[in-house]
Amino acid sequence: MNELRPRDIALTAPAALFLVAFMVAPLLLMVYVSTLERAPFGGVLWGSHTAVAYEKLLLERDLLGALSFNSDYIAIFARSFRLAAITTALTLAIGLPTALYMTTLSPRRAAIILFLVTVPFWTNLLVRNFAWILILRNGGQLDSLLLWLGITSQPLDILYTPWATGIGLTYSFLPFMILPVYVALERIDRRLIEAAFDLGADRLRVLTRVVLPLAMPGIVAGAVLVFVPCLGAYVSPELLGGGKSLMIGNLVQAQFGASRNWPFGAALALVLVLILLLSLALLALVRRRAERLS
Amino acid sequence: MMRDQSLLRIPGASVIAALALVFLYLPIVTLVALSFNASDLTTIWTGFSVRWYAAVLDNGDMLRAAKNSLITASIATVLATAAATAATLGVARTRSAYRGVVEGLLGLPLLVPEIVTAVALLLLFVLVGAPLGLLSVILAHTVFCIPFAYYPIRSRLAGLDPALIEAASDLYASAWQRFLRIELPLLGPGILAGALLAFISSLGDFVITYFVAGPGATTLPVYIFGMIRIGVTPEVNALSAILLLTSIAVIGVAFLLGRRPASQHKGG
Repeated sequence: MNELRPRDIALTAPAALFLVAFMVAPLLLMVYVSTLERAPFGGVLWGSHTAVAYEKLLLERDLLGALSFNSDYIAIFARSFRLAAITTALTLAIGLPTALYMTTLSPRRAAIILFLVTVPFWTNLLVRNFAWILILRNGGQLDSLLLWLGITSQPLDILYTPWATGIGLTYSFLPFMILPVYVALERIDRRLIEAAFDLGADRLRVLTRVVLPLAMPGIVAGAVLVFVPCLGAYVSPELLGGGKSLMIGNLVQAQFGASRNWPFGAALALVLVLILLLSLALLALVRRRAERLS
Repeated sequence: MMRDQSLLRIPGASVIAALALVFLYLPIVTLVALSFNASDLTTIWTGFSVRWYAAVLDNGDMLRAAKNSLITASIATVLATAAATAATLGVARTRSAYRGVVEGLLGLPLLVPEIVTAVALLLLFVLVGAPLGLLSVILAHTVFCIPFAYYPIRSRLAGLDPALIEAASDLYASAWQRFLRIELPLLGPGILAGALLAFISSLGDFVITYFVAGPGATTLPVYIFGMIRIGVTPEVNALSAILLLTSIAVIGVAFLLGRRPASQHKGG
């Protein structure tokens, strides 16, 4: 039964209309606001268009109106990309062996590990990042442990540095890497791996020439799921990073708080959406190639 | 074919997997342990005590935030689960492009970075002149609760035998009878699992709430964020531990419901 009946449309309407009203429309509004002129004390001047919000990404205007290059925001973007890339690499370095290990377990045990990996994802992100403050701060759990082991003789001073942000981000997004990679590994036809062994490939060769290419859609999906939200992360840099490692998310929030520059905030958020769309296009490309492969 | 467990075995993977689990649970265990610390200082262990839990329950602001959180989560869960259940039944019988559009829409909140959704919703509420308060928080939460409710219900439906529903129609059940007597009981565990996931997602949300809450509608995570800003106190530990353990209990139940095989209802 493939035809679309009026009843089916009526049943889907509430959810679909709700998301059009409270997701699609707000996103379009955000694009519109990014082209508006800011009002002097917060808010925007409706109907008064300007490209100032986008200009501000690269340039700054002095009191006389002259433009000059401003690297402040570029620096925040560069830091965000760097932290998001490092986090993606770290989650892959931890997540890939973990997922590989899970595929060697009995289905029952694999389900238990899968559950254990999922649980932190469902618990409060803010609270879990807060817990890292307790561990990382001077005289915290990490310092006490290292001191007790005799590895260090003084506090590490790691909280409120980009290191702490990186730990918080890796921690927050690790499940997003493990799950899609595990699903992709599970789906691989085991006969292909057996064939590779039968044909005399060693373990490393099987891994790099057969398993990883076949698991690539899952790996790229995991990378997108980690990289995109990482780039827009607010909680980890805010709580763990301190003032010196602000990321795009913090910059966006500031435009709706102290800075009162809504068009600039909307333009920054739009940049995040564009990066999301690019990542999804990349994912679709990799999927198509992998389908041809198997 | 026998599944050969050793094919993908690589040396050291088990060690990394064990470390990954330690990494994932270290902060949770640390936080819960420290919440039972008797000391006024947040790091030095002086003995077991529940005094900070008593302090939390005695804190009026905190209780108001908890009330806001529970009201929001309950209403958003009911709205999102009802909409998601209807949508699941609506797309169940069609494979048309319409289904792709609907599923794309429903998945949108999971795809778009939270901070972007937060900004977009804030701008919408300001544009239409809606006051920022409990209502704006509830609407915003319903948005991201819909996909969390939808996926478990859909996967439950996918595991059902379509003949059951067709048989009901063949036996002249009205649409409403079919829903109440056949579809609802069969989908029940999926609907409940979806509702639970929606509930803890709402309970845990910080970023979107922080943008659209306004001063009168502080929820627990927003309240905790404010407390952390002022300074880390043992009371925050206790409150955070309560939130963590609540979510873990709820996800445990949702997981067990999701694992109940659809086939055990088939005889009934």
